[in-house]
Amino acid sequence: MTVYHDPNKPRHVDDRVEVKHPVPEGASAKVETTEQIAVTTPPEVCGMGHRMKRKEDPRFIQGRGQYVDDVKLPGMLYMDIVRSPYAHAKILDIDASAALEMDGVLAVITGKDLEAHGLHWMPTLMSDTQMVLPTEKVVYYAQEVCAVIATDRYIAADAVENIFVDYDPLDAVVDPFKALEDETIVRTDKEVQTNRIWHWEVGDQAATDEVFANAKHVVKQYMHIPRIHVASIETCGMVANYNPATEKMQIYMTTQAPHAIRTVFALVTGLPEHKIQIISPDIGGGFGGKVPVYPGYVIGAVASLLLGKPVKWIEDRSENLQADSFARDYHLEAELAADENGKLVGLRVNGLADHGAADAAANPSKFPAGLFSICSGSYDIEATHVNFDAVYTTKPPGGVAYRCSFRVTEAVHMIERLTDMMAHDLGIDPAEYRMQNFIQPEQFPYKSATGWEYDSGNYPAALKKAMDMIGYDELRREQAEKRERGELMGIGISSFTEVVGAGPAKDYDILGIKMFDSAEIRIHPTGKAIARFGTKSQGQGHETTYAQIIAQELGIPANDIEVEEGDTDTAPYGLGTYASRSTPTAGAAAAMAARKIRAKAKKIAAHLLEASEEDLEWNVNQWQVKGSPDQAKTIQDIAFAAYTNHPDDLEAGLEATDYYNPPNLTFPFGSYICVVDVDKGTGEVHIRRFVAIDDCGNIINPLVVEGQVHGGLTMGLAPAMFEEIVYDEYGTCLTGTFADYLLPTAVESPKWETGHTITPSPHHPIGAKGVGESPTVGAPPAIANAVVDALWHLGVRHIDIPITPQKVWQALRDAGVSD
Amino acid sequence: MSKHSITISVNGTDHSAEVDSRLLLVHFIRENLDLTGTHIGCDTTSCGACTVLINGRAVKSCTMFAVQANGAEVDTVEGMAEGGQLHPLQEGFWEKHGLQCGYCTPGMLMSAKHLLSKNPNPTEDEIRWGISGNLCRCTGYNKIVEAIQYAAEKLQQEEVAA
Amino acid sequence: MIPGEFDYHSPQTLAEAISLLVEHGDEAKILAGGQSLIPAMRFRLALPGTLIDINRIDGLSYLREENGHLLIGAMTRESALEESDIVQSKYHLLADAAAVIADPLVRNLATVGGNIAHSDPANDHPAVMLAYGATVMAAGPNGTRRIAIDDFFTDLFENSLEENEILTEIRIPTPAAGTGGAYLKLERKVGDYAISAAAVQLTMSGGTCTAARIGLTNVSPVPMRAKNAEQALVGQTLTDDVIEAAGQAAAAECDPSQDLRGSVAYKRDLTRVMVKRTIRKAMERAN
Repeated sequence: MTVYHDPNKPRHVDDRVEVKHPVPEGASAKVETTEQIAVTTPPEVCGMGHRMKRKEDPRFIQGRGQYVDDVKLPGMLYMDIVRSPYAHAKILDIDASAALEMDGVLAVITGKDLEAHGLHWMPTLMSDTQMVLPTEKVVYYAQEVCAVIATDRYIAADAVENIFVDYDPLDAVVDPFKALEDETIVRTDKEVQTNRIWHWEVGDQAATDEVFANAKHVVKQYMHIPRIHVASIETCGMVANYNPATEKMQIYMTTQAPHAIRTVFALVTGLPEHKIQIISPDIGGGFGGKVPVYPGYVIGAVASLLLGKPVKWIEDRSENLQADSFARDYHLEAELAADENGKLVGLRVNGLADHGAADAAANPSKFPAGLFSICSGSYDIEATHVNFDAVYTTKPPGGVAYRCSFRVTEAVHMIERLTDMMAHDLGIDPAEYRMQNFIQPEQFPYKSATGWEYDSGNYPAALKKAMDMIGYDELRREQAEKRERGELMGIGISSFTEVVGAGPAKDYDILGIKMFDSAEIRIHPTGKAIARFGTKSQGQGHETTYAQIIAQELGIPANDIEVEEGDTDTAPYGLGTYASRSTPTAGAAAAMAARKIRAKAKKIAAHLLEASEEDLEWNVNQWQVKGSPDQAKTIQDIAFAAYTNHPDDLEAGLEATDYYNPPNLTFPFGSYICVVDVDKGTGEVHIRRFVAIDDCGNIINPLVVEGQVHGGLTMGLAPAMFEEIVYDEYGTCLTGTFADYLLPTAVESPKWETGHTITPSPHHPIGAKGVGESPTVGAPPAIANAVVDALWHLGVRHIDIPITPQKVWQALRDAGVSD
Repeated sequence: MSKHSITISVNGTDHSAEVDSRLLLVHFIRENLDLTGTHIGCDTTSCGACTVLINGRAVKSCTMFAVQANGAEVDTVEGMAEGGQLHPLQEGFWEKHGLQCGYCTPGMLMSAKHLLSKNPNPTEDEIRWGISGNLCRCTGYNKIVEAIQYAAEKLQQEEVAA
Repeated sequence: MIPGEFDYHSPQTLAEAISLLVEHGDEAKILAGGQSLIPAMRFRLALPGTLIDINRIDGLSYLREENGHLLIGAMTRESALEESDIVQSKYHLLADAAAVIADPLVRNLATVGGNIAHSDPANDHPAVMLAYGATVMAAGPNGTRRIAIDDFFTDLFENSLEENEILTEIRIPTPAAGTGGAYLKLERKVGDYAISAAAVQLTMSGGTCTAARIGLTNVSPVPMRAKNAEQALVGQTLTDDVIEAAGQAAAAECDPSQDLRGSVAYKRDLTRVMVKRTIRKAMERAN
């Protein structure tokens, strides 16, 4: 095995502490798998399980959403950014004189200007540092070099053309393996002159080596999980509005984590945190790309602070694709071992992470490679060892998510590819092989060799359902017939396990802030409610699903509940929405806060009914005397009484807040089957069918879950077949527009066929698990496995994603197949 | 740079302005008229977030200068609902969950409107090709297709009833 | 992305447009559909001092058959080809291409004349018109002249239009009996340029190919005909071997460059495959 790390360098070792957090009341320890979605509230209440039309939609379908670029403030100025044409170069001079002479240009801000305020560097979420604007050199193509502030976005764009920067080009560091040689140092600002960032290990190396030494069968494969970009259709942007009179900094911003951003801004700028208000308005897609703080945000805020006026900055698409945080870019050398019976016994991984010019990942602090160590996936494997290193290269910093929770996509792709290879090598049908090696339902809660405690699962049920739905056996027969005729057809399976809902505060934090999340519910006297959260929807439908959770718990119609997120002046503190964490954390907080309200409501009801609390029972939306449902007070009656007729010994009002610290992560899973036809002449892959069975525990809104799954599948298809950020040897990004960074359209995206099984989380108050990212995690290996399955008999063992026509063509021609 | 006096009918109302030759139509709509339902998502005529109807045809308003639309009738998402009644397409997108973040939605709606005006009863394939100039990152397109099918059916029923 | 500054003119007549061209010389650019030009201007890759918008000139948008030709006005939108009964029923090669140019929104503005005048080998119409043996009409200060399509494309983004000439019409010979055509394009996704595409127009007589013209898209610096491939077909019964030979000839004579769409080897072999498949489709239609 190649070991990339330098043994003399310090190591990070996974030191998760096993602490059991209390499982909330109402969560069941024993779970069964079902297919039936439980609905226990009437349609007018619309609690969990209802296919409720989304509450947020009327504004969006009428063009009344408010996204950052829609914010218009009096006297607002516009910022545009000069960017580097080199991946690595010294900055000798910045001549802004011509720009400053232009009518309407107010200021040009350079790194030197920021240096005067100590703001030319900023921390990344991984406690690395990143330039806001350079003072010495640039370290990636399209890096921010300086910024122009003008009265109009057209003038700002003209001014950018009138700023002349003198560069002295340096060697680019494009290949991460070359970076390990430390010939050219990217981060010369660091005390130690090396491109190595960290080394990390998980699992028992000796035990794993021993398992491999004794294993009968081993498959080994190098894979690259390429660099990709979330490319939400709305780019990033902000309006910073500093008011010198109130000394308040209000920032409208495309952020998935407004509170964390506020704290970072306070720490970076020294502005008092109560004088910073982050407003995350409607967000046009996030997917992880709107978690980090980008230099533009800081420069814009500084510009507003210096000029005392609102400043708007909206990225264009090229800036977005070329300079914002990327995702993935993991190089993996992986081995999987099986014993003489074909049982999987060992997994060994050496990984190299290309982080670009800074480790600007958005992982929990303790997890430099995110949750990659979930890599044994859905299989019962006795020994696993993961060895990981990270390097700097002259590329934009990252990596953030791409609709994936902390590097689970990379892990799942690897294990699902390897498992498929093993099955093929052993001559066992890949479905049957998975069934044999799954962690079985009775093994849950399951402790993996890398320290994860899987909360619940029923992997055979999901795979069986997918096989039935697609007609697996019939497809295999068809494939055999086609192969006889020389036609290429493949069937690919992916049985993935996700790990989401970070997380238990003991182990999970971002820059030291624990990864709880929050809900605050206030019931108004007339029985309507407002609920605020520390998360931030970017399309996930929180305004609907959170309302349904509260409706379920309190019986207040979901349509009577206003859900608000994204304004740090009003919302309770939370860590935001990414990594499929909203339902596991804030969704749980919603249920817990509602239960606190229900408990108080019980006291008021007892007072109103002149009954003792012990004699009352809850029924959908009312407290009633046990056995006499006509003696009841609805939540609306109780809400009114909470302000007009509450017991003397009780505070007025009916509201509660919950900061939910999950006892464990949740482990959604699923089985996907993809059928492809491969064109021998062109190398084109046509996805004929794709069936996705997801299990995300209890379902809050089936309509929303289906939508999340469809969207996630297309975002799984994208890196599997279309998207990749490509650099040339000089570090120039070649995929800086949508003409070359290829988002699938409705034509490339197949008609997804979806279904579900339900295996609730035993520790989550409503048994839910989170779903937004599962399909993005699960889809790529199903597609890759299908393509390789079509070509396996020709000797093809692996094709790296994105599986382009050219790669398939090459594999075919190498095998002597043509048309 | 030349300046031009233009009058454009937007959602049935005439708007006159003096504009620079290089002002993009999308900026005229968003900045001059404050109709911010029309969005911007790329620089290469690839994403369709800025789609509006010009004289009934769906075009990308970021790839047209405002001055070119002088005298034209422009329809944007804000003009779709009439008399407080959602257009069947808007209804379909809501009913069928044809949107998530909502950013591509106005462009999708305008493309779909033009598609149904040419082809009132499209097949699924024709719908997929018909909206292939519009990118959506959230929905995976399944439910957008369903939303357009819903609207096609409803519009045809309305026609029969009329 | 904001375009640079320019002066804008919208002449009402062709004569006016030509005199503006004469006046502004190489400072000026014609604005037709704008679907290639405006993005280039937004990236400031194109910085014309003057734009002459020919969208308001009456009589440049039409599709009609006359004297054995289909006449296409230069300002005919691509979408009009898709909506034309004449094109769909008789000009299959053109109809095939019209469905795969860019995306449906772009086709609502993009024009046939603009696609050809841009002279981008990645555009679809150059190969189509080469296969048809079309004629281009150009109007200038000294009147109108015909340019055979074979003489039209001179270099990358260059053509034989004079600086003060405007492309006004494209004439496609009406296919004779026994003639069939097809266009097949492999693109990475909808809206993309071809990795490789082939335009084929064949005339068949009693099982023998009596005439063949083949145009190739995006596999050469200048839009090209695959003349060796054509020769491999003419006078032959189109057996699998003959078609294969034509495909191989096209692969050998094209001149692709490596880019994100693929390597030179891939594009050559893909051209072989695309040419073969397009020949078969054209053959079916010819019979």
